Amino acid sequence: MSGVRVLVGTRKGAFILTADGKRERWEVSGPHFAGWEVYHLKGSPANPNRLYASQSTGWFGQLIQRSDDGGTTWEPVGNQFTYDGVPGTHQWYDGTQHPWEFTRVWHLEPSLSDPDTVYAGVEDAALFRTTDGGATWQELSGLRQHPSGPLWQPGAGGLCLHTIVLDPSDPKRIYIAISAAGAFRTDDGGLTWRPINRGLRSDGIPDPQAEVGHCVHHLAMHPARPGVLFMQKHWDVMRSDDGGDNWHEISGNLPTDFGFPIAVHAHEPETVYVVPIKSDSEHYPPDGKLRVYRSRSGGHEWEPLATGLPQRDCYVNVLRDAMAVDTLDPCGIYFGTTGGQVYASANGGDSWAPIVRDLPAVLSVEVQTLP
Amino acid sequence: MNIRVWLPAHLRALARVSGEVVLPIDGLVTQRTVLDALEEAYPVLRGTIRDHVTKQRRPFVRFFACEQDLSHESPDAPLPAPVVAGTEPFLVVGAMAGG
Repeated sequence: MSGVRVLVGTRKGAFILTADGKRERWEVSGPHFAGWEVYHLKGSPANPNRLYASQSTGWFGQLIQRSDDGGTTWEPVGNQFTYDGVPGTHQWYDGTQHPWEFTRVWHLEPSLSDPDTVYAGVEDAALFRTTDGGATWQELSGLRQHPSGPLWQPGAGGLCLHTIVLDPSDPKRIYIAISAAGAFRTDDGGLTWRPINRGLRSDGIPDPQAEVGHCVHHLAMHPARPGVLFMQKHWDVMRSDDGGDNWHEISGNLPTDFGFPIAVHAHEPETVYVVPIKSDSEHYPPDGKLRVYRSRSGGHEWEPLATGLPQRDCYVNVLRDAMAVDTLDPCGIYFGTTGGQVYASANGGDSWAPIVRDLPAVLSVEVQTLP
Repeated sequence: MNIRVWLPAHLRALARVSGEVVLPIDGLVTQRTVLDALEEAYPVLRGTIRDHVTKQRRPFVRFFACEQDLSHESPDAPLPAPVVAGTEPFLVVGAMAGG
């Protein structure tokens, strides 16, 4: 019988949650890398037993761990992330120029076809790639060397490259997002990049429609519709139908269009999920009610999904990389909270139940659908 | 000379060692030569105590020995005689910084 493996990164380690295709009874393993922050872990689409994890602390820096048995055992691989050439500077909080400094890996995106190739999005914002299973990492420096690079400035969480979306129809096309620079696209495998932020409007920057400077929180794509992108921005939920060349707002009737994650249903490319958060200063659900919102029309019209979720006194957040879908039928939706709960829906969001309730704050959730 | 090195728990787990690490070092015993020998014996520790390239100590790592904080000493300064003699360990410590 098919099953699912949910990979959960938290403030104090990684956890692996497994169930069969019914998704009713769960086994929890962990903490892996206990005491370390695990910003992200993800499996290779080409070899589901090959997993990569980003493990870090402020004390001892960055490690990358690799598993070849689905997370039962792990081996540290290369952890040297050195910027290409003279790193240069970006804008600092006070408007001065600040040298690029590596802090941590926020996101690991394994290649769709090669288990040894992985992209890493890091803080300070840059994109690295390994082609030897994580032993060595090289920067794709064309991104950071874009002429707008010196204008990029950190968001409240740092100048982080947090989202990497690979186009399944074109191996040379990659989308990334940086807080707070915006979204970028390459069409030549990472050599050159261009900002794709036309149509975004951010009132928190001097020119609300500037080419760069937008705090994009997350991007999502359905693999069957690679030209259609969905974006949760600092404020506003956005959509592009031309690979990011142009964006339009689809916030519609959401109670608030601030939030962090966004995900697309595995079998319905026009069904999209967000978790509205009250505001940029109040990072919790409106009215203390945790609700996922679903649009079945590609945006604009949204319905609240609350069955099984706490509807009083709930003041958790759901971070940008903490929502994912499986590819079973019906599609499963999963998200983790800063309160340590991981919720799952085995029916496309109609109802929810916690898999676990008391993990450390959840930083990321990824799902593997297993044969 | 056999130099005794005490690692914090997270790094002991990473290096898969328990208790002290003993490193044979020929020649001058300094922070640099001790850490070079440590990273040679346990490559997984590269980047966790000091920067890969600059070799600068990470900000929240401290070096103690003989009840002294040696963190701000030159990496090329000789370590205290009891460390060289192997009667006292060289301590790599995670700074008290919350978390």
